[in-house]
Amino acid sequence: MTMSKPTRRSVLRGAAALAGSAALPAPFVHAQGRVTLRYLSTAVNQSPAIAQKASEELGIDIEYIAVNTDEVPRRVITQPNSFDLVDSEYFSLPNLVPSGNMKGMDANRIDRVDDLASVIARGTVDGKKVGWDGTAPHEVLYLESADATSFAAEPTEWITLIPTTYNADTLGIRPDLIDKKITSWASLLDPDFAGKASILNIPSIGIMDAAMALEARGDIIYGDKGNMTREEIDATIAALIEAKRAGQFRAFWSNFQESVNLMASGEVVIQSMWSPAVTAVRTQGIPCVYQPLKEGYRAWASGFGLPRTIDGRKEDAAYEFINWFLSGWAGAHLSKQGYYPAVLGTAKEYMEAYEWAYWYEGAAAEQDILAPDGRLLEKAGAVRDGGSYEARMGAVACWNAVMDENQYMVRKWNEFIAA
Amino acid sequence: MTNVTDIPTEVRQVRTSAPTNEPGLTNARTADPGHLIRKPRRRRGTRIAATMAPYLQAAPIALVFLIFFVLPLAATVIVSFWQYTQYSIEPALTVQNYGDVFYGCFDQLPGLCTTFRTYLSTLKFGIVVWATTLVIGFTVAYFLAFHVRTLKVQVICFVLCTIPFWTSIVIRMISWIPLLGRNGLVNQALMAMGVTDTPLEGLLYSDFAVILALTHLYTLFMVVPIFNSLMRIDPALIEASHDAGATGAQTLRHVILPLARPGILIGSIFVVTVVVGDFMTIGIMGGQQIASVGKVIQTQMQFLQFPLAAANAVILLATVLAGVWALLKLVDIRREL
Repeated sequence: MTMSKPTRRSVLRGAAALAGSAALPAPFVHAQGRVTLRYLSTAVNQSPAIAQKASEELGIDIEYIAVNTDEVPRRVITQPNSFDLVDSEYFSLPNLVPSGNMKGMDANRIDRVDDLASVIARGTVDGKKVGWDGTAPHEVLYLESADATSFAAEPTEWITLIPTTYNADTLGIRPDLIDKKITSWASLLDPDFAGKASILNIPSIGIMDAAMALEARGDIIYGDKGNMTREEIDATIAALIEAKRAGQFRAFWSNFQESVNLMASGEVVIQSMWSPAVTAVRTQGIPCVYQPLKEGYRAWASGFGLPRTIDGRKEDAAYEFINWFLSGWAGAHLSKQGYYPAVLGTAKEYMEAYEWAYWYEGAAAEQDILAPDGRLLEKAGAVRDGGSYEARMGAVACWNAVMDENQYMVRKWNEFIAA
Repeated sequence: MTNVTDIPTEVRQVRTSAPTNEPGLTNARTADPGHLIRKPRRRRGTRIAATMAPYLQAAPIALVFLIFFVLPLAATVIVSFWQYTQYSIEPALTVQNYGDVFYGCFDQLPGLCTTFRTYLSTLKFGIVVWATTLVIGFTVAYFLAFHVRTLKVQVICFVLCTIPFWTSIVIRMISWIPLLGRNGLVNQALMAMGVTDTPLEGLLYSDFAVILALTHLYTLFMVVPIFNSLMRIDPALIEASHDAGATGAQTLRHVILPLARPGILIGSIFVVTVVVGDFMTIGIMGGQQIASVGKVIQTQMQFLQFPLAAANAVILLATVLAGVWALLKLVDIRREL
């Protein structure tokens, strides 16, 4: 933490702290006991170790509410009183923010707001622009005011979500059951894998994987894969239906565990996958590769947001927890599961040099790589799929998205499932 | 039943002494004849209490139905006429949602639109699973009722039948997957026996898998009411049938089946309504590749298209009710019970 230069922000923060301490004398705070934060997110984002560590270090209890990817925005919109902190995907924001149920976060209360990863804050890696198709996080990161219901074009003091985890998804394959080189998304629709391929049955994400495959095959050139026109949706679904009728797909999956089971059992040998799911298959001793592809990755990012109704001690505790989250321990913990954290610098402090070299620099592991729970992930000498952070996040082609034609898309997707 | 036949005079007496045109009142009295016999002459207050008693007795369940069934149902119907955006729903009176459900259905004829295709698929599962559960359920119930002699053994067998219900429905379903998979036990066994060289793909994530799982899950719903009906059959009737020279098959066809009709009907209603509304089994066992109305509703709800989902739910409800109505036409269940 840089305390040396007195920026406007730190002065404000100091003033706020003074005002806060005047209003709430310390003994009074203690007298009220511990604060519990109800943390809404998908199950994959909920590490018991993080909750335990936060409880020890901050005296804040984290109560996880685990739901499906699709259920997170539904809860935010329909039951905004049922949680204190939400870990939501950025692509849900075009639905969440207009609902008025989210509260813009005060950037002045986030210690490391200037250190957020550039790929989230500006859509760049190493100063180079990545693909912005879909809902790129930097486009939905700022609000005009705390209770604005539309996004700000320029950076402001009000933030929608503070990143928790993000990564870039690609195809997972079973190298032991596939005897050719996979280099392109087009392989998802390769007839050689008929009856052994799978995609997600989460329409907004599944259609983008399909779009990556169709574009790679040269069938369709999209204007913006994350915001298709009706004609593009029609063409995509028509191609998917054709593939389905030809028996291309073994099954569809809609949650993490299903994708792991399909891959581990060998029912499916190629499918779009999430990075930790590949890790989960591998920890069962089954070979599974997260295959980098020449067209690039479909990226996603998730972050902390506050419900409109939060205030008082709960709000203070939420900010405290978020600041702690960005301070390194949690970032390192998540990094060792294959996610990327919001602030890279602090996560590095909590990782061994060989771990950092393996997870972030694309270097061969000097020692065995262990998961946070101590299980062996990779033996010494292994190299991470997709290489370094820059190589992976720099090759992002598009981001998970909610399209303007979302309703039409869902209807067409149902048509595909029914076909 | 014997009580009622024993006391027709008393009942008539009461009726003539307090004539009324309200059918509910008369029914309430005839329904409780024992009470009337004991106190033929009552004061006015107790008479009102007696009138009210059945209503009070029915009140708790009526209240439960009102709060947990009628109100949500009314809300569903109302919301199905509302408008929605991606993040809000607004009160309105529009049939747009119903139009969207049947989008393209009438221009495409004779081709099938998504909705018709989905309903047809759902209906197909309803009919096939109804048939399989009926055959298996009737056989099991028949065995329990007529071949197991002692009550004790009957009870033990019956409890055995319910054991699968001790675990969750999802676990019962998922336990089929390692059995039916490409590298599953069944395929391994078939290949070891030399029946096939390549694993049978159609065992899992197929119509077959869905039907198998649904049959497994819901056969008991058929067994219980049919068993109940069979137990009520007077053994003298079966004996008489034999004495009259009927073969076993003829007795089954002309004596037992007709008498088991109420049980079959109740079981059928259970099975058909549950299967038609199911989306989890079809999702998991069908590898999410098979559409079901329930899944469509779930997807729409996940995308916050509540009014559209409500419209779908109303249509599904109407379809199921029509089915139940048709079943009830076949058997006058009130008379048979």
